[in-house]
Formats: sequence, C-alpha cells, structure tokens
Amino acid sequence: MFFLLIISGLSPQSVVANDRPNDAGGCVIITWDSVSDTSIDGYIVLRQTLPDTTFKRVGFTGRLKNEFEDNSAVDSERYVYRIATKKGEMYYYSPPSNVIHSSPQFFHTGRLNTLIAVIIFTFLLVYFVRRAKKGENLFIRKISGIDAVDEAIGRATEMGRPILYVPGLGDIDFPSTIASMNILGEVAKKVAMYDIPLIAVNCYPVVFTVAREIVHEAFLNQGKIEKYKDDYVRYLTESQFGYAGAINGIILRERPATCFFIGPFFAESLLMAETGNQIGAVQIAGTDQVLQLPFFVTACDYTLLGEEVYAASAYLSREPILLGSLKAQDFGKFLVLLILVFLTVLSFFNLNLLSFLKVE
Amino acid sequence: MKQRLPLFICLVVGLLMVIQFYIPHPVSVGFNSIINKWVVILSAFALVLGIGNLVSHHISKIKKAKADRWYSLVTLISMTLMALVGLVFGIGPDSLYQKIFLNILTPLGATMFALLAYYMASAAYRAFRVRNIEASILLASAFVVMLGFMPIGQFLHPYFPQVAEWIMRVPNMASQRGILFGVAFGSIATALKIILGIERSWLGSGK
Repeated sequence: MFFLLIISGLSPQSVVANDRPNDAGGCVIITWDSVSDTSIDGYIVLRQTLPDTTFKRVGFTGRLKNEFEDNSAVDSERYVYRIATKKGEMYYYSPPSNVIHSSPQFFHTGRLNTLIAVIIFTFLLVYFVRRAKKGENLFIRKISGIDAVDEAIGRATEMGRPILYVPGLGDIDFPSTIASMNILGEVAKKVAMYDIPLIAVNCYPVVFTVAREIVHEAFLNQGKIEKYKDDYVRYLTESQFGYAGAINGIILRERPATCFFIGPFFAESLLMAETGNQIGAVQIAGTDQVLQLPFFVTACDYTLLGEEVYAASAYLSREPILLGSLKAQDFGKFLVLLILVFLTVLSFFNLNLLSFLKVE
Repeated sequence: MKQRLPLFICLVVGLLMVIQFYIPHPVSVGFNSIINKWVVILSAFALVLGIGNLVSHHISKIKKAKADRWYSLVTLISMTLMALVGLVFGIGPDSLYQKIFLNILTPLGATMFALLAYYMASAAYRAFRVRNIEASILLASAFVVMLGFMPIGQFLHPYFPQVAEWIMRVPNMASQRGILFGVAFGSIATALKIILGIERSWLGSGK
C-alpha cells in the first residue's frame, strides 16, 4: 500500500496509460514526464483495479526510463495508474492516469506494409504464371552454376563414382532447405537416368524423410525403381561439426566425382568444400547465407548466389509455370528498387516516408 | 488422391499460417503454438526413421566387411552407449551423460572448428593468387582491409582504418544487401509456389 499523496516538483506529471497496440492483450503501457532531478532512485508504478480504492505496486523502473509495460493486466479489468518517484526513503506521487483496460487486437497494423507487399507479389506471381501457361516465351538469363549440373553429373557417369548431395545445416523450416529439396528432386532424376550412385546426407530427421521420399519418387518417375537403394539417402547427426566431420569422412573414403552443397550453411561450409576440392571433385555450391558465399566461391567450381538457389529448380525442370515465377521475382525486385529510389528522393525534400518500410 | 490431399493440406495450413502472422489475437497465437507442438511431435517420429537408417547403413557396412567397417562399429557402439548411459543414469547437470558430452563431444566439435583456420589459409591462398583483374582487386581490397583492422595499419598511415571501414560499410554492405533482397524474394516465391501448388517437386512427382 503506497497511497500517500505528496505533490511536489518531484512528482511525475502527464501520466498516460494506453493499451499496448498489436498484441494478444494483457498489457498496458504507462508513460509519464520524467522529473529533472538526477539524484532520484527511480519510479514505482502503482495500479488501482476499479472499483477498488487502493493502489498496489506493480513494478519499478530506473530513473532514466519514463515508460513501463504492465504485463500483469487482465483484459476484463479497468485500471488507473499512478507513478511514485522514489528518492531515498521519500515517495512523490503523480496524479492518477486515465482509466484503461487492455484488449487483444485482430490485426497487426505494424505489419500492414508486408501484407501489401505479399498481395502485390502474389498478383505478380499469378500474372506471370498465367502468361507462362499460355505458352509465352519468357526470357530467363543464363545461370552457369545450374547449367553445370548436367556436366557434373556426366563426369560422375564417366568416372563411375558417386554424387554427393549435401542440403546444408537447416531444418525443413528454412526456405533454402526447401529450395534444396526441389533441386535434389531434379538431380535425383538425372542420377536415376544415368544409373549413378547417389549419397544424399542429412542432419535433420524431417529433412531426411523428405529427401528420401523425393529421391524414391524420382527413381519411380524415371522407371528405374529397381535401381533405387535406401542407402542413397542417409541420416547423419544434428551436431554441426559432427555433420561436417562425417561428410569429410564420406568425401575422403567414397571419393565422389561431384559434390553438391546446396542449402543453408554456416561455419562448416569451408571444411566440407575444401575437402571436396582436395580430392578434385567437381563442386557446385549454393546458399542464401551471405557470409558463407566467399568460402564457396573460393573452394567450389560453381556457386549459386542467394536467389539463384531458389531459381535452380525452375531452371533445371524448364517447366514454363515455374519459369513464370522467376519473372515475378525479377519484377518484385525491380518494384522494390523503384520504391527505394522514390522514397530516398523524397527524403531529400524532408519528406521522410522510409519509416513506412519498417516492420514490427 | 495421393497428391491432392497433401496439396490441400499444404494450401490450408500454409494460408492459415500466413493469416496467423497478421493476427495478434490469443486464438491466433494459440493456433501457432499448437502447430509448433505438432512439428515437434512429427520430428520425433522422423528421428526414429533417421536412427533406423543410420543403424541399417552401418550394420550393412559391417556385414560386407568393408575396409572402413571399424568406423561403423565405433559409430554404433558410441550411439548405443550414449543412449544407455542417458536412459540408466539420467541426463541431469552432473550426470555421466553430461560429463561424456562436455568432455568428449564438445572438444571434438571444437577441434573440427579449429581446423577451419588452416582451411581458411589454403582457401585464401587460392583466392588471392593474381590471375585476372577481379582477383587483383580482391587481393588489393583484402590487403587494405586486413591492414586497416590491425594496429600496424594505423601506424603506417592514419587513413588505412578509415578506408578499410569504408570498404566494409559501403561496397561490401551494398552487395550483401543486394543478395539479401534476392534471397527475400526467392523465399517468398518458394513459399507461395508451394502453398499455391505451383511447385510440386516436394511431392516427388515434379509435376
């Protein structure tokens, strides 16, 4: 119980309570004007639950803050807040705030910009896919890293040695892991066609099961199911360097003619790519992890940079519908570039709308 | 039906998860939590399949008496021992399981990580060999950046750290952001293609 009314220059003023926006309820934000005295200890936040008449302490903040989030609010209750400045043993109380109650919201307004972007991009995607379906010839630039897939598989066929496929260190919730699985499907079809051994190694069990299903179906589609072996897709370990060590062991013992490193990679990328380089394998890498790209560029013959990983499946399959989606990606990037240039030019004239791009 | 049902489930759950992102209401948050629990449960089932694959692969190698069968034997014995130690003695902070983990597995991982320094040296040697104009620019900028971040750079010329900082902050950052834009659009396109059923190679058919 802290209800002692002492009004002085140390009493916080303009105490305002607001429901926290864009949340699931249960939170009130209280703001006040800080006092100018720098020798105070901090502020005590007091709350009155109506129709009670007493204030109870709900929190304490340091003297440099003038905002408090009360996460103990109940949505059906109405509250009044009061802030007490604590200086030594003395308390200086503010006037009461407005009456407030917390509530959940049905739309996150801070994410409106992303919703607009997704809707525009979906329209672009549908538009270009429809154009592709009508048989329109869409120009797609040459991606040498993907063009080299056939060459790399051909080399493995000539040498009679296996192909190693590493989908990276990401679980199935990584978009680049999904893109890698799409590429694995295309690679597996060619592996089935030319009857070459495949070693696809995985570090997450869910990715392993998806990879196994994809490779199995690829063999089935090529009418080579009798050639499929369970051993083609292997589960190793979730440990990052255990995974890298196991792959290095496979590279050195089984000496694959071609290594694919496509997916999300982290510190282990160079360990594997350098080992593959040492045995003279043709290496095609691709990742969306910007910091790992220089390592792959150095150690591999071909590297798919960022978005090329996502384009590879469409590029390899040459399906018009999938190629249409690549056009949508390009137009999306062009649109973002235009918006950025436009907003930057506006900011020269003191019209700062760049904050609209901020996502909460 | 074998394809339509997964596509339908993918469409419905995918759209629900997209909608959920824009709704902060407790019902929506609860739905997200339930889906995440399902993912954990499904992962546990997949782990059984993964371990089954690991065991069968190594048993077949041992049976075939290949030259490297000893590695397979070590793998199987280590895996079984760790599982038994964890099941019998528990996995608490002072348990035998934690001691094996901290004193054997962690140093082994650190050893692999430490090897990275040597791999980096050999990769850097190849990258910095002056073969063409791009490699020359790479070598020159790497030289400036390395000097700029070392005390000797400041000693040689006070502009070295500033130039190094500029290379990292302007051309390097600009190219990184360019790649990241592409990655973002690629991620969204992949997600939309799968949700809308345009990309179906994850179903195995490729059609």
